[in-house]
Amino acid sequence: MRDRSRSLLPILVTTIGVMLTVFMFCYINGAETDIIEGNAKFSTGHVKIMSRAYAEEEDQVPNDLAYIGIEELMGQLKADYPQYVWTPRIRFGGLLDIPDERGETRSQGPVMGMAVDLLNDSSFESDLLNLDDALIRGRIPANPGEILISDEFARQLGLALGETATLVGSTMYGSMTTANFSVVGTIRFGVPAMDRGAMIADISDIQTVMDMPDTAGEILGFARDFIYRREETAESATIFNARYSGTDDEFAPIMVSLHEQNELEQMLELYGSITGVALVIFVIVMSIVLWNAGLMGSLRRYGEIGLRLAIGEPKGHLYRTLIAESLMVGCVGSVLGTALGLGFSYYLQAKGINITTMMQNASMIMSGIIRARVTPASYVIGFIPGLAAAVLGTSISGIGIFRRRTAQLIKELET
Amino acid sequence: MKRIIPGVILILTVSLLSAQIPSGDDILRRLDANTVSDSRISVGKMIIHGRRSSRTVEAKSWVRGTEQSFTEYLAPARERGTKMLKLDDQLWTYSPSTDRTILIAGHMLRQSVMGSDLSYEDFMEEPLLHRLYSAKVVGEDTVLDRSCWVLDLKAVKDDVSYASRKIWVDKERDLALKEERFAKGGKLLKTTEVKSVKRIQNRWVADLVIFKDALKQGRGTEFTLDSIDFEANIPETIFTKASLRK
Repeated sequence: MRDRSRSLLPILVTTIGVMLTVFMFCYINGAETDIIEGNAKFSTGHVKIMSRAYAEEEDQVPNDLAYIGIEELMGQLKADYPQYVWTPRIRFGGLLDIPDERGETRSQGPVMGMAVDLLNDSSFESDLLNLDDALIRGRIPANPGEILISDEFARQLGLALGETATLVGSTMYGSMTTANFSVVGTIRFGVPAMDRGAMIADISDIQTVMDMPDTAGEILGFARDFIYRREETAESATIFNARYSGTDDEFAPIMVSLHEQNELEQMLELYGSITGVALVIFVIVMSIVLWNAGLMGSLRRYGEIGLRLAIGEPKGHLYRTLIAESLMVGCVGSVLGTALGLGFSYYLQAKGINITTMMQNASMIMSGIIRARVTPASYVIGFIPGLAAAVLGTSISGIGIFRRRTAQLIKELET
Repeated sequence: MKRIIPGVILILTVSLLSAQIPSGDDILRRLDANTVSDSRISVGKMIIHGRRSSRTVEAKSWVRGTEQSFTEYLAPARERGTKMLKLDDQLWTYSPSTDRTILIAGHMLRQSVMGSDLSYEDFMEEPLLHRLYSAKVVGEDTVLDRSCWVLDLKAVKDDVSYASRKIWVDKERDLALKEERFAKGGKLLKTTEVKSVKRIQNRWVADLVIFKDALKQGRGTEFTLDSIDFEANIPETIFTKASLRK
């Protein structure tokens, strides 16, 4: 430590590399978690059950193919899969029309609606969707016939709280249907895809309006602790689907896990690959830099190494001491880098980066604010490139020790 | 001289043959004249075949010229009392359950009418085809045992729902017996097949038609015509928004 040139540069390089690794790991972790949670809450659940016919055309939200008999199915699910909590949902599209004093159209706009179990005391939907946090004006619906719409949409329509809005849509049998609702609150989820023209209504109201008694487009299942576990959900889906494998009924239920929906499998695998590739790149780049630093150190310490060899220190021992030294440098750099990386990550976890303007037309369910996420793995991930690069760099630069000849050392020391 | 005579014969034959083939635009005008009247009152049914079940919607329509129409749904119970009014380029609907008069506009125009294969845009379209398309005769064919001209229609305006159409027109009755409608890129969007025709008030009309959205699965929508009265006397007040609430 007394000779700073020996340790300062390697420690600095390792610290910066580790810091970037930790920060990038937390950032990707945050984006990945955001995608999983956003999709699970608004669209996929941890698992989702639909009719086979509905699942085939899910993108078009084909409510004419919705599952009929959800009460019996949900009773069965609660008994067979107690590790999940279940909730029915209906997604629907239509037109939200605001009347003038004569009952004629004053303003209107296309709406993407989501019917959820809002009024049932045992329902967890309000908490799951964070409706209290998302509420901008008004209150959460407490009575039949009350709805929430996105704040931006309400402003576009020039709609005041308590006003009537008419939903114009289709029943599950294709008939045109209209229903008057009272808008009691406006919301903003921070997810641009949801905030453009969203409407949240109680599922009983929508079942009546859309002629869907005891019917829902989708039944979402969530792990009781609301933590998504890929293998468990995949296993549940396999067992459930095996039970219905013997029937050709296109309206038989089918269970799909989160990964199988919205092309999430490819996206999440991509995120995993990015993390892996980033780690490898950091190890390689830092190794090259540390190798260089090692070479420079070897030049500066040319005399010292020569003397140690001349007085009979075995080359292997000398090589090992240099490796041990680099391990210490790696450790110090990793600790410092991890501390700095975690510091930045915690800041980004709390504040986030607002990318809403870049996602104006995005259809992907993803928050408009990107946040990092610090996990227990974030505390150790930096030690992989930190130690590996330091050891690798010294191992390569230290090979020079074995090339030096004892006979020449004496001459070099004399001059 | 020996060479000239066959040439002259060939030219004369081609000229005579082409003289017998009317131009596509003439056929289209005759088709429009047979289809469109100054006014008419009709009652008909739509049988909509879904993947789960089929249902029948009954409606009565009052039409004046090409710009005004009023439709009242008579059955089933859920639809009864629903009314639609087309006034120029606006489409209004009245729903008795909400007592609301709603303008159907924007993306809603592309939605299906009562779950059928027909969209509101189809409902709103200018019925005089010769105003929207230029036509070319591309062949002859037989449909419903009737000899037909096959016409290729290309849109002459930008704001039409279908960039091109192919129509099989009965040579004698000036009635379209089959039709295919295409998007700008050439993708088939809708098909129409006439299954039966009858003569009413000196006009040939289709009384059973299968209309199919080519992008949807299913058997399409059947339209049956129960009655039609051409040149009917229709009170002016029916084509007003006030009549929707009556």
